[in-house]
Amino acid sequence: MTNAIELTNVSKIYRRYTHRRQFATLKSALLSRSLVRDLSPDETFAAVRDLTVEVPCGRTLGVIGRNGSGKSTLLKLVAGITKPTSGTVLVNGRISALIELGAGFHPEISGRENVFINGIMLGLSKREIARRFDEIVEFAELKDFIDAPVKTYSSGMYMRLGFAVAIHVDPEVLLVDEVLAVGDEGFTHKCLDKFAEFKRRGKTILLVTHALGLVERFCDEAVWMDGGRMKAMGDPKRVVGAYITDVETSEEQLLAAGDAKAKESVTVVSPDEAATAVLPDHPVETAEGPADMFRATEGRWGSREIEITEVQLFGSDQQPGHVFHSGESLTVRIRLRSPIENQDFVIGIGIFNAEGVCCYGTNTNIEELKAVRILGDAEAFFSIDSLDLVEGTYKIDVAVHKLDGYPYDYHRLLYTFRVKSRTKDVGIYRPRHAWRFSDGVAFDRASHEA
Amino acid sequence: MLGNLARLIRYRGLIQTLVARELKARYRGSVLGFFWSFINPLLLLLIYTYVFAYIMPTRFAEGEQPKPFADPFPYALFLFCGILPWTWFSSSLNEAAGVLISGGNLIKKVLFPAEVLPIVTTLANMVHFFLGLPILAAFLIYYRAPVTVGELTWFPVIVLVQLLFTLALALLVAALTVHFRDIRDILANVLTLWFFATPIIYPWKRAPDFGKWFVNANPFSHLAISYQEVLFFEGPFGHWRWLLVIGVMSVVFFLFAYFVFDRLRDTFAEEV
Repeated sequence: MTNAIELTNVSKIYRRYTHRRQFATLKSALLSRSLVRDLSPDETFAAVRDLTVEVPCGRTLGVIGRNGSGKSTLLKLVAGITKPTSGTVLVNGRISALIELGAGFHPEISGRENVFINGIMLGLSKREIARRFDEIVEFAELKDFIDAPVKTYSSGMYMRLGFAVAIHVDPEVLLVDEVLAVGDEGFTHKCLDKFAEFKRRGKTILLVTHALGLVERFCDEAVWMDGGRMKAMGDPKRVVGAYITDVETSEEQLLAAGDAKAKESVTVVSPDEAATAVLPDHPVETAEGPADMFRATEGRWGSREIEITEVQLFGSDQQPGHVFHSGESLTVRIRLRSPIENQDFVIGIGIFNAEGVCCYGTNTNIEELKAVRILGDAEAFFSIDSLDLVEGTYKIDVAVHKLDGYPYDYHRLLYTFRVKSRTKDVGIYRPRHAWRFSDGVAFDRASHEA
Repeated sequence: MLGNLARLIRYRGLIQTLVARELKARYRGSVLGFFWSFINPLLLLLIYTYVFAYIMPTRFAEGEQPKPFADPFPYALFLFCGILPWTWFSSSLNEAAGVLISGGNLIKKVLFPAEVLPIVTTLANMVHFFLGLPILAAFLIYYRAPVTVGELTWFPVIVLVQLLFTLALALLVAALTVHFRDIRDILANVLTLWFFATPIIYPWKRAPDFGKWFVNANPFSHLAISYQEVLFFEGPFGHWRWLLVIGVMSVVFFLFAYFVFDRLRDTFAEEV
């Protein structure tokens, strides 16, 4: 089997600044055909580094990765729109690139004329376009508007027409860059059907997308780009899985950094050096909580007679973390320190969603646990067997206070965690549930996959 | 480079279509539409005639003015012979300067030979030039200008030389403007100076002595003189040697300009 696309050690280096060393670079462009070879590394940016990819004919390759990982540059290199700084790009057969739909449409002239011009730009002859014209118009669903100037089209109509022309070029190699979001649901399905038809007819497709589900279902192979390099290539399910894990890890780091920052800023406001030396009658500036508890933003206050020294969240794997999956278990470990023995205390916890709605709140008093004593270092564990929250970001309140509400240490919204879910249900809370159906109704689970 | 040049032939369909689009789109939405291609040069002619025949009259020296004409119309006709090709030349360059930047979407998002864009501007302006010719012809016939068939056969040659020369400059200007945006502003002034350094509003023999070498070194002078000799002045076309020299120069210049354009081609997608 021959390869439709072959990239060998391809690198693409961009200049970081456009207006420096113009003269030198124009000269080098004329002499060595390169704008970047003479520049020092801090003036350049490698969008793609040393990439080697082969796509055999008839395969569908999905390209995934974060923003700025080099996916679109890869596509432009394959399309021949940009030339690699080093390495070789080989493509066999006619290419059609769905990079920007309707590029080259002239707003003043009619859709009909634009179809012809766009088709010729994409490499069709006039006769070929005339033969496919009706099909194109029908696909774009623009029968009634085809003779109106393109400037009167809505953005959806514009995109549909661009897509329809590009897809009817009948390429050997189809390059798609995140363009499926153009139409309504119905049009998207039509596009997918068209892609499937291409696949059946043995064409090669390179698909750049953030729709991971699409890659899993549709592609034969997936490439994961990260920082201009290929991080993984192979079975779509495996690559997508690895990518999702990686995204979660970095989200985790981001949340951890956020928590650290929140705590730090609080410590600046109320240094906790007083914590060990506080006497009951000692006036403490931070003892007063905000007047309206529910309006309060992040913060920390309290007398510190009992201090919360650390709060950590553990998932089902017993490792501290910030990203958890819906339905798994979650444990909040609260480390406390009380320099003197204390008998009047309540430990509380509250979970808030991103909109600030309290999803759940409780404390030891509400649950009729009577405090007996606390002295020295201690730990409290708050365990949730099944984290039945919908996907989203949540914040936690943790507090120790007197029975009458006098705060010892109140941590307001200082801890953040994220809940991931494969089900995109909505709301705040996911009750344990199940669907059952009588004989008259039938569902097929696979058909509903998003 | 030569391979790319040959590839252009494959793109002639595209060039043709884009020229047609350019012409269609230009007058779309205006009441008079295509008539503007006739009216514009006519208005231009009237303005220049008024200015240079009445406000700042230029007189022909003894023997320069062909007999059958009566003042001031022959002057207008003389003017028209030079202004029509000049308009083609100067609007081509003005538009070529911005064409790669405004067509950036095509260069960045579609696989597209960039030289098509300046070529299309030059050709579209040539079509406008052709549309102005019937008006010129009507005036020539009305005033029974001394035009002979022998002289008229030179006309396509002059047009061809001008086409090559304009294409070469358009390619160069288009490619360099991507890197030096300043060219767009400089160009407008250079073209104004160039206009006055070309014997268009004055006959070649009336150029001041100190400026003669300057006018002589200007390739467009010889194109303008050729047009005037063929269409306006009596007698055989005596300027053909100069025309052929300019023709050969234009071929060399075109190849050079295409070389520069070809070398810079890969940088366009990043710079526009």
